[in-house]
Amino acid sequence: MSAAPWRRSMNGGLRGPTAAGAAPPLAAVVVTSQGKPDVRGAAGDAPAGFRRSWQHLRAHHVLVGVLLLVLPFVATPFMTFQVAAQSLVLGLIALSLTFLGGYGGMVSLAQMSVAGMAGYAVAILGVSSTEVSLGWPWWLAVPFAVLIATACATVIGWLSVRTEGIYTIMITLAFGVAFYYLVLQNYTVFNGFQGFQKVYPPQLLGIDWRDPRPFYFLSLFWALAGYLAVKWLVRTPFGVALQGVRDNPRRMAALGFHVVAHRVAAYAVAGAIAAVGGVLLVWYNGLISPGSVNTGWQINILVIAVLGGMRHPIGAFLGAAVFVLLQTFAIDVIDRERFNLVIGVVFLAIVLFSPDGLLGLWAKLRSRFGPNRTVIPPPTRH
Amino acid sequence: MRWDARAWAWLLIGGPIALFSLWAIVDNTRLYFVTLLNGLTLASLYFIVASGFTLVFGLMRNVNLAHGSLYLLGGYVGFYVAERTGWWVLAIAAGFLAAAIAGLLIQVLILRRMQGEDLRQTMVTIGLSIVIADLLLWAFTAQVHQMEAPQWLQGPIRNLPLIKAYSAYRLSLLVFGVAIGVFLWWLLTRTTVGAMIRAGVDDRQMLAASGVNVNLVFAVTFMLGAGLAGLGGVIGAVELSMVPGEDTRLLLASLIVVIVGGMGSVVGAALGAVILGLAETYGLAYAPTYSVVFTFVILILVLAFRPRGILGRPA
Repeated sequence: MSAAPWRRSMNGGLRGPTAAGAAPPLAAVVVTSQGKPDVRGAAGDAPAGFRRSWQHLRAHHVLVGVLLLVLPFVATPFMTFQVAAQSLVLGLIALSLTFLGGYGGMVSLAQMSVAGMAGYAVAILGVSSTEVSLGWPWWLAVPFAVLIATACATVIGWLSVRTEGIYTIMITLAFGVAFYYLVLQNYTVFNGFQGFQKVYPPQLLGIDWRDPRPFYFLSLFWALAGYLAVKWLVRTPFGVALQGVRDNPRRMAALGFHVVAHRVAAYAVAGAIAAVGGVLLVWYNGLISPGSVNTGWQINILVIAVLGGMRHPIGAFLGAAVFVLLQTFAIDVIDRERFNLVIGVVFLAIVLFSPDGLLGLWAKLRSRFGPNRTVIPPPTRH
Repeated sequence: MRWDARAWAWLLIGGPIALFSLWAIVDNTRLYFVTLLNGLTLASLYFIVASGFTLVFGLMRNVNLAHGSLYLLGGYVGFYVAERTGWWVLAIAAGFLAAAIAGLLIQVLILRRMQGEDLRQTMVTIGLSIVIADLLLWAFTAQVHQMEAPQWLQGPIRNLPLIKAYSAYRLSLLVFGVAIGVFLWWLLTRTTVGAMIRAGVDDRQMLAASGVNVNLVFAVTFMLGAGLAGLGGVIGAVELSMVPGEDTRLLLASLIVVIVGGMGSVVGAALGAVILGLAETYGLAYAPTYSVVFTFVILILVLAFRPRGILGRPA
């Protein structure tokens, strides 16, 4: 399959400059080293250092930052923990898909499985109420969990990048479902249907990290770390080359870039992000079972990423917030059982009418009603 | 030299299988052959469902992830038709039609609007599968529906060599699988529609340029593919019970079958179905805890050495 239809479907033809092919990203490699990276038309952090990024600090960044910091002191513990913290954690997992899909052009449905692997690894290596657990201290279990999940993600990536485009989604879905059946049926390691209960974050510095406020800040820290890491990474030579690979793998290969290596590396990075999210998710839920990695959740991560929009890392968190809010409050209006119907219809509506998600919708509205009508504005940041 | 590599591959794969078969036949002849039949009958169900999937994929490059939902839809409709009328044959026709009409609606109303946008089409089918699964859950509840085999297929067939007795219905699955395989072969190689479909698989644009109404061919193929899923649903409703979640199972089976066999190839689907069916049943019979792992290992091996599937061709 040629890259053109793939690119169109990924970007909806909204990104003017790079749509021409691989040449602009390549030019950007050169420009980047001079400190003027502007591939996506958005003001962003220069790889030269974060010093520069202060120049791009806008009023809305400060506003959102202050809101995020103040939120746990104003909102109820329920809002802080169930809504805000959950959004951040799910957003972090979806961010890994945004990175992989939006910048690498590979839509993987196995990201929830990678997160689940990290969660399972924490439960198995660390402490839980199940006998299978090995009872390692958290500072050993957590890094190992992230490492294992990242390694698995790399293997999944290596296997699935052997085929292209649309095949990726099938193969990663197959991997994810296979992992689900594995944990469901295996009792010696994964404890089968019941999984692991009472997997809690450690008590550190005299703080119970599962209390709403501490857990919120823990999630916020990692979500922010993931967000900044992705934003920084996509402007490094590696990130720019990855976007080149997304737009035209053949040309990149002809230019001497190792296409497969870039793709596998993208899987590894996304795997690490998802793994951190997975550890947080298992701490948030306090348990992990096959139900946490079933097809429904695999697809939910895709729903979240697409809902927000894959053109910018913030989309993942935006999508997660909408998803969690729907999950929490839509069931008050309609039957609890019908949540899947609501989320399915919302997802369908987004895919049918605004392939770039809520960010794309926003960009469209701005281009129609905003000040400059000639140039399609970059996706906004909040 | 090429021949050498081939011989080695055969030896490496076939050797252990032959050794295992030898041991298993000596150890427990009946178990081995019953499992073989179980595997082949399961394979024919997988083939029926996956052949529809692979037909649609081969022609339209459209990964229809709502295929499992169509399977379940066909099963439920068949169940109620059988309950009302008592005619099993009618139930099969109804299941086929219900899924085919649903498929036609999906193709004409939604997928046609985004021709060529593979990823978006796939995402739409994901959304559809969520919606359809929930609607089915709403309409038919989470209860287990089990269909009864028709009168003339109930009970075992006795006096078979080696295995003594075997369920008549399961054996009929094999007949079904072969019949549908032959029908598809006839349709694809001996009819004009089949020629159009094959031409479309090879080169869509050229087919359109030579005056064929490609949209019509797409609609017919999608209908046929969806209908095969529904038909599989009715047939499978007797053997595997119908319950929410079966859609995922059959979708996974279809995915693995076409990934292993080669995407877009009906013969590949048959091959993949046999491999998956045998691996699953032998795994269940001889190493229950690791049966999933076998499937997984096969998937990984095929992807590692033949990324496009055993009979796959470059897209």
